[in-house]
Amino acid sequence: MTPTRRSHRLTATVFLVAAALLLSACGVTRGGEGEANRRLSMYIPNSPGGGYDLTGRAAARVLEDAELSGRFEVTNVIGAGGTVAMQRLLNEEGVDDLVMSMGLGVVGATYTNDSKARVSQATPIARLIEDQEALIVPKDSPFQTVQDLVDAWKADPSSVTIGGGSSPGGPDFLFPMQLAKTVGIDPKQVKYIVYDGGGPLTSALLGKKIDVGASGPSEFEGQLEDGSLRVLAVSGEERLETVDAPTLKESGIDMTFVNWRGILAPPGISDESRERLVAMFTEMHKTKGWQDAIKRNGWIDSFATGEEFETFLLEQDKRVETTLKELGLA
Amino acid sequence: MDSLNLLMDGFAQALTVQNLFYAVVGVFLGTAVGVLPGIGPAMTLALLLPITYSVGPDSALIMFAGIYYGGMYGGSTTSILLNTPGESSSVVTAIEGNKMAKKGRAAQALATAAIGSFVAGTIGTLLLVLFAPSVAGQVVKLGNPSNFALILLALFAVTAVLGTSRLRGFIALFLGLAIGLVGGQTGQARLTFGNPLLADGIDIVVVAVAIFAIGEALWVAAHLRRRPLDIIPVGQPWMSREDWGRSWKPWLRGTAFGFPFGALPAGGAEIPTFLSYVTERKLAKHPEEFGKGAIEGVAGPEAANNASAAGTLVPLLAIGLPTTATAAIMLLAIQSYGIETGPQLFDTEPDLVWALLASLFIGNTLLLLLNLPLAPLWAKLLQIPRPYLYAGILFFASLGAYSVSFQPFDLALLLVIGLLGLAMRRFGLPVLPLIIGVILGPKLEEQLTTSLQISSGDVSTLWSEPVAVIVYAFIALALVAILASGLRKPKPEAPVEEKEEVSA
Repeated sequence: MTPTRRSHRLTATVFLVAAALLLSACGVTRGGEGEANRRLSMYIPNSPGGGYDLTGRAAARVLEDAELSGRFEVTNVIGAGGTVAMQRLLNEEGVDDLVMSMGLGVVGATYTNDSKARVSQATPIARLIEDQEALIVPKDSPFQTVQDLVDAWKADPSSVTIGGGSSPGGPDFLFPMQLAKTVGIDPKQVKYIVYDGGGPLTSALLGKKIDVGASGPSEFEGQLEDGSLRVLAVSGEERLETVDAPTLKESGIDMTFVNWRGILAPPGISDESRERLVAMFTEMHKTKGWQDAIKRNGWIDSFATGEEFETFLLEQDKRVETTLKELGLA
Repeated sequence: MDSLNLLMDGFAQALTVQNLFYAVVGVFLGTAVGVLPGIGPAMTLALLLPITYSVGPDSALIMFAGIYYGGMYGGSTTSILLNTPGESSSVVTAIEGNKMAKKGRAAQALATAAIGSFVAGTIGTLLLVLFAPSVAGQVVKLGNPSNFALILLALFAVTAVLGTSRLRGFIALFLGLAIGLVGGQTGQARLTFGNPLLADGIDIVVVAVAIFAIGEALWVAAHLRRRPLDIIPVGQPWMSREDWGRSWKPWLRGTAFGFPFGALPAGGAEIPTFLSYVTERKLAKHPEEFGKGAIEGVAGPEAANNASAAGTLVPLLAIGLPTTATAAIMLLAIQSYGIETGPQLFDTEPDLVWALLASLFIGNTLLLLLNLPLAPLWAKLLQIPRPYLYAGILFFASLGAYSVSFQPFDLALLLVIGLLGLAMRRFGLPVLPLIIGVILGPKLEEQLTTSLQISSGDVSTLWSEPVAVIVYAFIALALVAILASGLRKPKPEAPVEEKEEVSA
């Protein structure tokens, strides 16, 4: 009976592997030497389907398709909001064929998880995209503008319940905390409720279990379209095309906040290796494939490399640390 | 009856050669990933997400739905045959299913799972067609206090499965709750011993595979020389009349549990499978067979997990609200076509929605056609000589634990918890309460903390919702009934039974 069993298993496995290969969209065996044939690895610090996964896999796919790199071996290194992956990247000192997709959430997670790994220790390669955060309320919420919210919030911080899709240290958490600080509320008094992603958060908002949701607006497309949820303001420098709401600055609050995603490499790689990786992602950024991916996912292009990204990364690291320290979380 | 006409149009669209092909691929892939432990439908869909760039929305969604249903079914195969549940929703199936397999009734267990999944999936899809447009808006009214009450009810029901020795049952339950405490659900690392790999808690699949498969393999290895080989008898290949008679009611009851829980934002598939198991155990004509391979204990939970998959689609299609990881990825797929999800989906994309619903019926039928003939074949797997069989079990157990998060650390965890499983068998602790503790503990805590956070610590929030009050009243009534019957006929503990638990 062993053959029967084995063949079933085998069929299943072969099928899966075949599907995976097919879908990682390579299939082409490229011969010869040279940059375009170098096999690379990519760590993704969360599970398949998550934000870093979508960004990372999209980038890997575009790089492969445009023949800017060889095949990518993409690995999801899951755990502790990205801290596990971050630590593993730092352990790979000097390895020059490895990159990791990451973003603001990973910066926060390294602090809240008491990890010694810091994003500032890795080699910055590129910032790829940005996502704005939005303040979202149910249709019949008493808040019509951000000012209404801020007034009620200042009068009694505990009267406003804010929900978000990320755990303490993540973007949905950092945004209301920094907002509170900007308008003069002690972040410690902010009532923040963690929901397990966009779905449960939507459900809490629709059921009016919480007053305000802090999250990226793309997860609420349907509800915003039919009017069951409203956006009070978005957090970026400029308005979003897709969302009919003012920015915080337009609403009289001097603050911007963006959730960003980018690419890091292990520490201790040579300058040439770094330049090579930067050049590769710069080329990728110019492809139509990448611009399509940005459009399809509703991201904002915010490509930056070199000095600019390095400075940005350090500034973000500092800002997150300050916020979390004030809250006693770092 | 408007819905039915639209559904017929949906069938016309779903039955094109191309879409049928994607349905077959989806069902096949789904069954495969269900069989392979650790690789769940959510992960498969996420990895297949890029396919949405190259095929039309109807084909992609039809395939995804096939994977979802197939995965829900496929998980039962390894649960029954190898005692290695591939998904958290098929953990309960392993309890009776594997006992049936050991008695030479693997084919019947697989068949009742296949037919039960078909029945539940079909009824569930029918309910989805009839109710999705109207009821979905209601589910969001249930807040954390109601969810807390529902989970408390589930935990209360555990007392029914504590086994003959209450003390051992409670020990197992608290062991499970303790394992469930690991991790950082509250934002602070708890019981992680400074290890970030424990920060997200211990995955239920790792615990279940360790307790069931590793624990048993070690137990068998420890007794290999002392006990004669019990040969697994070769049973009948098909379900007998009696099997049918004992299966159909659990199928229906399982559906009744699964569908509403699937539709609830905090529902999922684990709680209904386990409620179904407890109910069947209470209602069974032969309760003494439970723990030794009762067909009801497979039929009910398997129906429940497929019905919950259908239930999940209610809020997804009707208000664009994903309640499980798999549903969240399906939503991503829909959105990647630029289709607006939400209450208007039924109006703006009727073709797509009804083709999807029709393909669910087709997918269910395909699943039955695929799996029923395979059941006797799968069952013969158990004829493999024991050393090879257990080597295979250990291999699949390790594969399953590893693929949960691709961390070698989980393999170490698997061994440690496997040793706990061995010790539990040695000391006659029932395994089910432990598994339930691991599943329910973190959920209960999450709902409680969120309720209290929202109310700023005001405990009265817990009975502020009507559903919660009804559930508490039900628990109180049940408690009174138990106490009353306990007073009337105090029955002594039956120590004889404990041997059975040991061999469990």
